[in-house]
Amino acid sequence: MDIPYTVQPRPDTGLYNAKVGIWLFLASEVMLFGALFSTYILLRVGAIDWPEGVDVLNVPLGTLNTLVLITSSITMVMAWAGCVMKDFKRFRFFMGLTILLACVFLVVKSFEYGSKFSHHIYPKEGAFYAIYFTMTGLHAFHVICGIVVNAYLWGPGAKLWKKNPAQFTNRVEVAGLFWHFVDLVWIFLFPVLYLL
Amino acid sequence: MSVEDHNELGFWRKYIFSTDHKVIGVQYALTSFFFLLVGFSLVLMMRWQLAYPGQPMPFEFLSKIFPAGLPGGVMVPEFYNSLGAMHGTIMVFLGIVPLAFGAFGNFVVPLQIGAPDMAFPKLNAASYWAFFLGGIVMLISFWVPGGAANSGWTSYPPLANIATTGQTWWLCGMVLLITSSLLGSVNFIATIIQLRAKGMTYMRLPFFVWAQLVTAFLLLLAFPPLEAAGVMQLMDRLFDTSFFMPSGLIVSGEAVDVSGGGSPLLWQHLFWFLAHPEVYVLILPGMGIVAEVIANNTRKPLWGYKSLVYSVLFLGFLSFFVWAHHMYMTGMGTVISAFFQTTTMIISVPSVIILTCLFISLWGGSIRFNTPMLFALGFLPMFGIGGLTGLPLGFNATDLYLHDTYYVIGHFHYVVAPGTIFALFAGVYYWFPKVTGKMMNEMLGKIHFWASMIFMNGVFMPMFIQGLGGVNRRLYDGGLQYAQNEPVLHWNVFMTTSAICLGFAQIPFLINLIATLCKKKRVESDNPWEATTLEWATPTPPPHGNFLTEPVIYRGPYEYSVPGAKKDFTPQFEPDEESK
Repeated sequence: MDIPYTVQPRPDTGLYNAKVGIWLFLASEVMLFGALFSTYILLRVGAIDWPEGVDVLNVPLGTLNTLVLITSSITMVMAWAGCVMKDFKRFRFFMGLTILLACVFLVVKSFEYGSKFSHHIYPKEGAFYAIYFTMTGLHAFHVICGIVVNAYLWGPGAKLWKKNPAQFTNRVEVAGLFWHFVDLVWIFLFPVLYLL
Repeated sequence: MSVEDHNELGFWRKYIFSTDHKVIGVQYALTSFFFLLVGFSLVLMMRWQLAYPGQPMPFEFLSKIFPAGLPGGVMVPEFYNSLGAMHGTIMVFLGIVPLAFGAFGNFVVPLQIGAPDMAFPKLNAASYWAFFLGGIVMLISFWVPGGAANSGWTSYPPLANIATTGQTWWLCGMVLLITSSLLGSVNFIATIIQLRAKGMTYMRLPFFVWAQLVTAFLLLLAFPPLEAAGVMQLMDRLFDTSFFMPSGLIVSGEAVDVSGGGSPLLWQHLFWFLAHPEVYVLILPGMGIVAEVIANNTRKPLWGYKSLVYSVLFLGFLSFFVWAHHMYMTGMGTVISAFFQTTTMIISVPSVIILTCLFISLWGGSIRFNTPMLFALGFLPMFGIGGLTGLPLGFNATDLYLHDTYYVIGHFHYVVAPGTIFALFAGVYYWFPKVTGKMMNEMLGKIHFWASMIFMNGVFMPMFIQGLGGVNRRLYDGGLQYAQNEPVLHWNVFMTTSAICLGFAQIPFLINLIATLCKKKRVESDNPWEATTLEWATPTPPPHGNFLTEPVIYRGPYEYSVPGAKKDFTPQFEPDEESK
């Protein structure tokens, strides 16, 4: 007895199981971040004064991070394309690059956090900083999760490539979908927190 | 993989860290029955205090278990608050939902759609263990300084923000439980979409599977906002942010030292955005079980299968747009109230359609009054009372009077206790022969049913009387301090006595469970109820992998008493006579 459609798509839905699973998971993630964006709106319309993101956050660093994350999404697709083209070395190279860029993102982010902490600005400073630290913190947690998954696929998980390349390619695709979502959340976070 | 391979697994892999959906279903069932018992014990202590305020508990060992809450056996008010909050939390999140969704869903759904297991067996096990850990965290919180969470199961800030450490434990426990239901719901939906056997089209799915599918979607999409809210409340409690703390808040005569600017109402919106769909999470699996049992024991097809399916889909969709009817008292404005009053009245339509279909299904059937059927029949009027008493709460003019009274407690419990719990008992008696291969005793089952029926109503019916009499639902002395409550106060003793008797009424059930497990006689057929759905096509109990040959489905789920057929049931898995 094996569970069907773990590798091959089911003919009438056109999807394999994990792809259905990841899209459902992402739907719930949308609701999670949706609740936080709603909170942002509610706090802001109820606030007496609200700092402009441009005045209090480091926009150049934020822009740099946006570029880093978008690039990492591209390298993620390239890694998956490497699997599809049956070119394992290509996969390893681009997956490594994706992980590296994700780490760069976290380093830049920690510099931003550090400069706030060194000025004794913590989440309790006010409503803006509360939502800023909570949303970017939760996003950073997602970045870390993405790094863990991708590092697993790059390292120990890559053994599957020899045994079942089709399933491995599926795994990379699913990890990629998650990674693009993490990227997408940042693409919303950056203008909302830094620019508006 | 054959059946034999798996018999070689050791005890731990086979029964404790199993990835088989049936074992996980049984694990969920046992754990959630334990938590139902815990939740019930908590409420017995509350009821004692309500009937006999300030008198020591009848059992001395209780004050040894809770030395801070029951010094000398007498309940302190803070402990009463803890019991209230934890009774709600445990019953909803650790009792009913895991039993209805985790246990029945896990065991029955893959069987009914003809799947060998869930789509993601390891995630399924992870979901159970996250739930288990969440339960442990909740239990431990009773003995942390200040006791368990005591701001109500709704955890409204600012009260919850300034509450004792137990609240932080509650939030951590909830994060684990939310993770569990997230993993579970992804798994259920993927399983139902991807693993239906050959010929199992959507309109051939048993209604139970539809109910579980909608439930899974509700859990998937409604829980994350509460998770976000939980994270923010943790931030408020641990890092002194002010998401839910307004400016200028005074506690005990002193201004609270926070930056302010937050909104307590925000929590209520996020909480009820989960917790209203949650009400349907509590009831839909129950409706699914009742539909299966009724079709089987009336020996005729369910009346209006398609209406049932479309109603449950509409119900699920609309349940995301009614949440603020829990918040009429907050003064959020008449326009918003009017909107939510309208959606609330609309959502009662599909509920009524479902209940009506189930009632009409009885018409003209040759009904078998066995134990599962009795519980299913008991469900219908009990849920009906729960639903109808909800209408005055949905209208905001009447809600303003009723909202903080026992009327609300009565209404909600009619839906969930004699409603859902009766449906769950129906499910236990109905599927027990498939799970264990042994039939439960009918006599004990009937005693269990009638005693539960009488005492459930004894507990909850007087709540309507007290509520209409104006007794506030949060008073730790049962309303003694207000003269206006005097005419209806004597019901407290009656309700407490009924609650204790309700506890005794579960003893025949426990005896029945244990005696049935111990007895040697097994069911002779794999299909002892002569049912049509696919779970009865498996060997009893089903082996790892469920089906001996790949099942093929030939027809809809409820082909009972087909004219011209040789027997009064035509299973989904039997080919037509001609094609044989």
